[in-house]
Amino acid sequence: MKLWHPFAKPATHELLTRQKDNTAESELFFRRALFMLFAAFVGLLAVGGRLVYLQVLNHDRFILLAEGNRVRLQPLSPTRGFIFDRNGVLLADNLASYHLEITREQAKDLDATLAELRQRIELSDADIDRFRKLARRAPPYTGVPLRFRLTDEEIARLAIDLYRLPGVDIKADLTRRYPLGPLGVHAIGYVGRIDEGELSKLDPGQYSGSTHIGKTGVERSYEDVLRGRTGWQQVETNADGRPLRVLSRTPPTPGQNLYLSIDIRLQAVAEKVLEGHNGAIVALDPRNGEILALASQPIYDPNPFVNGIDFAAYRALNTSKNKPLLNRALRGIYPPGSTIKPLMALAGLEYGVVNRHSGVFCPGFYRLPGSSHRFRDWKRGGHGSVSMDRAIAQSCDVYFYQLALNLGISRTHEFLDRFSMGRPTGVDLPGEKGALLPSDEWKRKVQKQPWFAGDSLSAGIGQGYFLATPLQLAHSTAVISQQGKAFKPRVLYATEHPGTRVKTLEPPRLLPPVTLKNPRFWDAVIAGMIHVVEGGTAHKIGAGAKYRIAGKTGTAQVFTLGQGEKYNAKRLAKHLLDHALFIAFAPVEEPRIAVAVIAEHGGGGSSTAAPLARKVMDAWLLNKYDNSITAGIPPAQDGSPHGE
Amino acid sequence: MGNDHGKFLKLFYLDPLLLLGLLAVSGLGLVVLYSAGQRDLDLVIGQAMRLGLGFGILLALAQLPPRYFRFWTPWLYLAGIVLLLAVAVFGDISKGAQRWLNLGVVRFQPSEIMKLAVPMMMAWFFANKPLPPRWSHLLGGALITVLPFILIAEQPDLGTALVVGCAGAFTLFLAGLSWWLLFSLAIALGAAIPLFWTYVMHDYQRQRVLTFLNPENDPLGTGYHIIQSKIAIGSGGIYGKGWLNGTQSHLDFLPEGSTDFIFAAFSEEFGLMGATLLLTLYFLIIARGLYMASRAPDTYTRLLAGSLILIFFFYAFINTGMVSGLLPVVGLPLPLFSYGGTSLVTLMAGFGILMSIYTHRRNPLR
Repeated sequence: MKLWHPFAKPATHELLTRQKDNTAESELFFRRALFMLFAAFVGLLAVGGRLVYLQVLNHDRFILLAEGNRVRLQPLSPTRGFIFDRNGVLLADNLASYHLEITREQAKDLDATLAELRQRIELSDADIDRFRKLARRAPPYTGVPLRFRLTDEEIARLAIDLYRLPGVDIKADLTRRYPLGPLGVHAIGYVGRIDEGELSKLDPGQYSGSTHIGKTGVERSYEDVLRGRTGWQQVETNADGRPLRVLSRTPPTPGQNLYLSIDIRLQAVAEKVLEGHNGAIVALDPRNGEILALASQPIYDPNPFVNGIDFAAYRALNTSKNKPLLNRALRGIYPPGSTIKPLMALAGLEYGVVNRHSGVFCPGFYRLPGSSHRFRDWKRGGHGSVSMDRAIAQSCDVYFYQLALNLGISRTHEFLDRFSMGRPTGVDLPGEKGALLPSDEWKRKVQKQPWFAGDSLSAGIGQGYFLATPLQLAHSTAVISQQGKAFKPRVLYATEHPGTRVKTLEPPRLLPPVTLKNPRFWDAVIAGMIHVVEGGTAHKIGAGAKYRIAGKTGTAQVFTLGQGEKYNAKRLAKHLLDHALFIAFAPVEEPRIAVAVIAEHGGGGSSTAAPLARKVMDAWLLNKYDNSITAGIPPAQDGSPHGE
Repeated sequence: MGNDHGKFLKLFYLDPLLLLGLLAVSGLGLVVLYSAGQRDLDLVIGQAMRLGLGFGILLALAQLPPRYFRFWTPWLYLAGIVLLLAVAVFGDISKGAQRWLNLGVVRFQPSEIMKLAVPMMMAWFFANKPLPPRWSHLLGGALITVLPFILIAEQPDLGTALVVGCAGAFTLFLAGLSWWLLFSLAIALGAAIPLFWTYVMHDYQRQRVLTFLNPENDPLGTGYHIIQSKIAIGSGGIYGKGWLNGTQSHLDFLPEGSTDFIFAAFSEEFGLMGATLLLTLYFLIIARGLYMASRAPDTYTRLLAGSLILIFFFYAFINTGMVSGLLPVVGLPLPLFSYGGTSLVTLMAGFGILMSIYTHRRNPLR
């Protein structure tokens, strides 16, 4: 049987032009094989020569190295870079601390040594238990820590008698410290002991000798920059493993210092005004994407995490219903509510669904054609006849129901996506969420349902499936304020070489700009946002301002009222109250700050969220800081002027 | 070797000299493995069973006349390519590389097939073409090698990719690739490296290459292996520390002492004498293999036999060179010595084909 071959036989004319000559080919092969035999001989001879070099010429050296592996490599961990705010206020540094360790091999009688030490310094049973556990696993010639953070007095008491206690050493190390405690913790993050999961992913060379690694915040996202490079030394040891002399030494390269774009005083203001709420405030410089404040309440103190937080304290933080460990600014996802209306208005203008002057009559509800279901306006009785400007200023829902329905979800999705809605903005902090910008495709895939007209209406007022993070809201507000120019939000302001103290400023990271068919669309929507503050839903915060603000209030429903039911804040449990939102930028003429505020279950956006944004903008634009808030913050280190 | 013995072995289409060399090396390997594997008898028994399987496959393949191999060559190659593509799509990921194909009952690495299929396909391709090959044929041959090379290097499995690539290169060389072309390629490659280094590579990539070339730069990471390996070899001296007396391997200083770095454990305990003996045995096996290849009757069998034995040389040279710090670290086992299965079986299958080619050379059924 003849099987079909996957490759065709060679063409016959080939054989005609030049015949195969088996004898000649056999000879050719023989010559080549002979050459390879010679090559193999040379190759193996080279290995043999190498063996002579190692085993005969350098035998003495290697026998020394092998004898109990005399020469030991010791890693030298680098000093971690400091973190400062934009003005040089210290946010994280390293504190010299001393710990006591015992090298089992050298301590003759371990129990006696421990008893002796107990007479001199305080040693808890837990310390001794942990020491014994670690000592059982560690090689006998390595030092095992017994007590951390010795006081000066304890060191003095031990130092006198150290010579009588073989194998006992006082070792210096550096502990990460966050001098301002919980202030700015959600941006700065913290370092902690390397856990087993991380250990398997790390470069064992770079991290040998290191015990800590950035866990969250900047400490994690700029771990590579902060940490530096590990050095090492070759140490000759005697038979007991005691180092005799250093043979060679490659010093470690210390990590870079980081300057954050955050102004820690503004951060303090943002955290202070938000106190009592769960929520977040994000303030950006719209001209370059620098994050000026990134507040998420509640906050927590990072310092206990550095050397291992105790179990009860961690459980309390982790199970608290206020979720202090959650970074709400990047990871909190909320219905944006009416704060989405400026973007919807822009989309309506861009696609020609509305124009600046077209009006809608608002009777206080909206009914889809052929349906009896009433989509309510927040104002019972309605707004009457509204144009775009008034629809934004008064936050008329009916206007935006109509707009969203005419626009349709696919165009809404396409347009809002350009403002980083529904996807991470790419901020240089770990764990940012993309939240959710719904689409027909998404709903079919996840909800297994088609997109209904009613869904478009909800999306049009930032409800329904629509979710956004406070950072996304601040970012899109910044893009509006710059009329389409977009920058990636970032917290890194500059890096600094720790030795020369030469600063390298971080350049702005440009994003693709949002260009509209007519640039005047921006003016129309910004005018509406100005009227929000000047006579609109947030008119209270406009009063007495020394600069002009453009903003938008939002009140996001947490649960759905039944048809015909009335929202009554007093009768609802706190966790069912609406989320209060506000977005703003100022000054209108030359925007220098864009803010997004979210207070969970805070009630109304205009009454709760807007005043907080005003206080943050006042602090930044007027350089007005309340002494009671900034009292704990030390002055800037390098004398650079505060603020702008 | 007694004449009767020889006749008996020839009945089974085996070459007594080559078989003797293989048995000597594998036997020595088992002895060394007992010591390098911390006197773990189970380890040695496992390896012995694998060797038994390998010799069984060798025996079985030696019985088949070469025309069978030739007939099945394109199919094997095609199947190998399909399986490699399947690995890329459905393969299991283990230790960060996607090499394994899970067939429910067994998992195996299709890249192993290519170690045989590439030299076979190359030989098959050149079998009907006049040699030395012309330009268009060289290009076809290069394609046969480069396709699986890329697929395997993508997994990533650089060691196996290099074996496959070299198998193809060896065949081209044996087929009579012109010296002129060979030198031009070498010169072009040499000229491209500095350009590549300056303009294309990133800083961290350069750093990685430097560590690759000089492990002492990174003594805590990958360099640790090679430093400890050199200490093991060097401290062995001329006569070695004696069987079961190697401190480097027994005190756990030598990583991978029973697998890729077994040559260091061996040289520590048996010294320069033992190592020279082993290198000599390898050379004799290679010499015998090349002799057998040059006696093959036609192009297909000649090229196939030649490149199979040269793969064996490639393994032995790269591994001993790497372990002694002469060559950069590439994860290839020492043939017939290192603990571990798959590549051993493939290697034995190669020797089976080699024996079949030699012993069937005057058989009219060929």
